[in-house]
Amino acid sequence: MIAVRDMLRRRGAACILAGLVLLASPAVAVQPDEVLDDPVLEDRARDISAGLRCIVCRNESIDESSAELARDLRLLVRERLVAGDTDDEVIAFVTDRYGEFVLLRPTATGANIVLWLAPVVMLLIGGGLALAFIRRRAASPAPTETALTPEEQARLDDILRD
Amino acid sequence: MIIELGHFAAILAMMVAVFQMIVPMIGAHRGNVAWMAVAEPAATTQFLLTAFAFAALTYAFVTSDFSLSLVVANSHTLKPMIYKISGVWGNHEGSLLLWVLILTLFGAMAAWFGGNLPPRLKARVLAVQASVAVAFFAFMLFTSNPFLRLAVPPFDGQDLNPLLQDPGLAFHPPFLYLGYVGLSMAFSFAVAALIEGRVDAAWGRWVRPWTLAAWVFLTVGIGLGSWWAYYELGWGGFWFWDPVENASFMPWLIAAALLHSAIVVEKREALKSWTILLAILAFGFSLIGTFIVRSGVLTSVHAFANDPERGVYILAIIVIFMGGALTLFALRAGALEAKGVFSTVSRESGLVVNNLLLAVSTFVVFIGTIWPLIAEMFFDRTLSVGPPFFDLAFTPFVFALSAVLPIAAMLPWKRARIGRALRPLVPAFVLALALGLLAWAIYNEASVIAPIGIALSVWLVAGAATDLWSRTGRNSVGHRVGRLFRLPRADWGKAVAHAGLGLTMFGVVALTGYEVEDIRVAQQGQPYQVGAYEVELIRVDENVQGPNYISTTATIALRRDGQLIEMLTPERRFYPVAGMPTTEAGIDSGFTRDVYVTLGDPQTGGGWAVRTWIKPFANWIWGGTIIMALGGLLSLSDRRYRVAAGAARAPATPKGVPAE
Repeated sequence: MIAVRDMLRRRGAACILAGLVLLASPAVAVQPDEVLDDPVLEDRARDISAGLRCIVCRNESIDESSAELARDLRLLVRERLVAGDTDDEVIAFVTDRYGEFVLLRPTATGANIVLWLAPVVMLLIGGGLALAFIRRRAASPAPTETALTPEEQARLDDILRD
Repeated sequence: MIIELGHFAAILAMMVAVFQMIVPMIGAHRGNVAWMAVAEPAATTQFLLTAFAFAALTYAFVTSDFSLSLVVANSHTLKPMIYKISGVWGNHEGSLLLWVLILTLFGAMAAWFGGNLPPRLKARVLAVQASVAVAFFAFMLFTSNPFLRLAVPPFDGQDLNPLLQDPGLAFHPPFLYLGYVGLSMAFSFAVAALIEGRVDAAWGRWVRPWTLAAWVFLTVGIGLGSWWAYYELGWGGFWFWDPVENASFMPWLIAAALLHSAIVVEKREALKSWTILLAILAFGFSLIGTFIVRSGVLTSVHAFANDPERGVYILAIIVIFMGGALTLFALRAGALEAKGVFSTVSRESGLVVNNLLLAVSTFVVFIGTIWPLIAEMFFDRTLSVGPPFFDLAFTPFVFALSAVLPIAAMLPWKRARIGRALRPLVPAFVLALALGLLAWAIYNEASVIAPIGIALSVWLVAGAATDLWSRTGRNSVGHRVGRLFRLPRADWGKAVAHAGLGLTMFGVVALTGYEVEDIRVAQQGQPYQVGAYEVELIRVDENVQGPNYISTTATIALRRDGQLIEMLTPERRFYPVAGMPTTEAGIDSGFTRDVYVTLGDPQTGGGWAVRTWIKPFANWIWGGTIIMALGGLLSLSDRRYRVAAGAARAPATPKGVPAE
């Protein structure tokens, strides 16, 4: 419990800090002067930006954020693209500096494989159980005795008739 | 004085809840009628006392009583009256009081309208409900008391967060709480049934209206929140997969699953233990949502109370209630005998598939939401799980659900032939395919996801219409149309809600797939083209004084084919008391598209940064949400499902009476 409390406290502090930074920022995300002349490159830049987290904001991508740091990152992404980097190289460039926290789409490496496989595995397990259940219901004979007393059955009929 | 009375009423309400938790439960165990019967007056008293406490706090906000620390932190004399009132729940402590108010209201309603419940079950339901109330009263009074006074009251308050000073957000929390807390009724019924050791069709019928009501409230609450984000956050996003949004989305999904499985319990006496489990989990997700919002453990756009101590307390509530209920479930679920038998192709199987997809998709949202916590705690990795993950992992489930839904909705109970069920759906299928192909042909550069989404949403709407039409028999068209309006409201509710889902999906797909965006420096008097529209910055007024803010307001003309459509006035506001800037978008809302304009910074070389979007079918997202909620209400108003069904003992009426 103490470990949980510590972590809660740490995260709480990070949130408040992020909140303060958010308050100090101006109010518009992608600025006209950032936009690249080449529309293909610009599209790629937007796609990449939408997948990178603004690390001083609460939960926004750098594409949505109006924070100063998000702007710097957007410019950095465009700089790398103009220099001829591929999308993956740009993303690697940013993660090398800021860690995997900036990736809004977590990598499928190490423990994260659990995250990525969980939906499929859950669907298979659930689907298997559901199928077994349906099969069993289809095979079993209808139970003859009723669990209700006669008065209860009468009440139920009464309600269901309404 | 009124504040102290309110404080006292809240403490007294907690005492009553403790009493109501213990006495009727023992009474039900021993078969003591008098002990069981005290639950009803206790529930009413608890509600009245809490209502008084809430009224007292509201009074303090309305009269700007700055001797109360909560009012100082969240209000200001200059604030418009509506936001003084919404300020009561626009903070952690006050919203907790609203939470217990709704909790006690639901308990009281179960007491008032539960006339036809067997006394023993009713006593147990009310006792379980009271135990939830005790936990939250204790949470409020011991860790987050809204009635604390200040020794030296200041002259004025610190104002409510300006983002929250908005009509959409003023009513977003109450609806969400009505939904969250409404699910506590399903929980109480589930636990009471487990203690009794019996679940039958009647139980399914009693639990369904509560779940349906909770689901309708959640639908409206989530819709309001999403609509607010759309017009207030400045770039027209409507869903962020933010932890706080997910916190409300998970109970919504599980409640939807519960609604459907309770039908199987009611009609066919099958899926009993699964339905009980869903009822427990639905409330469990409500509690997890509360934890996420109030502990600040997950970084979010709109977490509003970041206090670790509170987080630990809510975690304890979750452990006690979920642990207790699930243990009880493990002990008793085996005793719940399933009766209904059905073949592999049947409505029952269709609803099992519905539950499978909804439950697994809830799990996807859940694991994505808490994964950053797990990764940090156990693997020492600080990482994020954002929209790209959820889009990829969640969308297939929505698509699968909408592909199966119209077919499953038309399968008969017990035993069905797939061919026979599919035949009436052929026109709907052809229409969906044609419109999907059309969308693909027009915008062939967009991904195939959007055309598939369009086809599926058309399939949902057309399927719902087919479902309704097929219920009118085999007579002449005129006869069938007449019959259509005499169908039970539950049938209409089902079709309307399913169609609403299709409309929302259409809006989401169209907006995400076919949005047009423009970013530029706009010079005054120089019009430019965005899509089919002409945009011109007419002027910018700086330092416009609002009631409690200062605004920079642009006037922008929106024209099409030379005709003026609308003068848009996007703003940038600054709230001096809170020291916070906000943006107000200029939006021209339409049936087929929104034009959405925001104002940015003045540029050094003259002109202003202006962003313009054309958002196709944006309003359909919330229109569909309202229609979904309307479907729920229609179903709720069906006289067979009224909360008080059977209580009035109305004489039996023949089926097919016009819906009054």
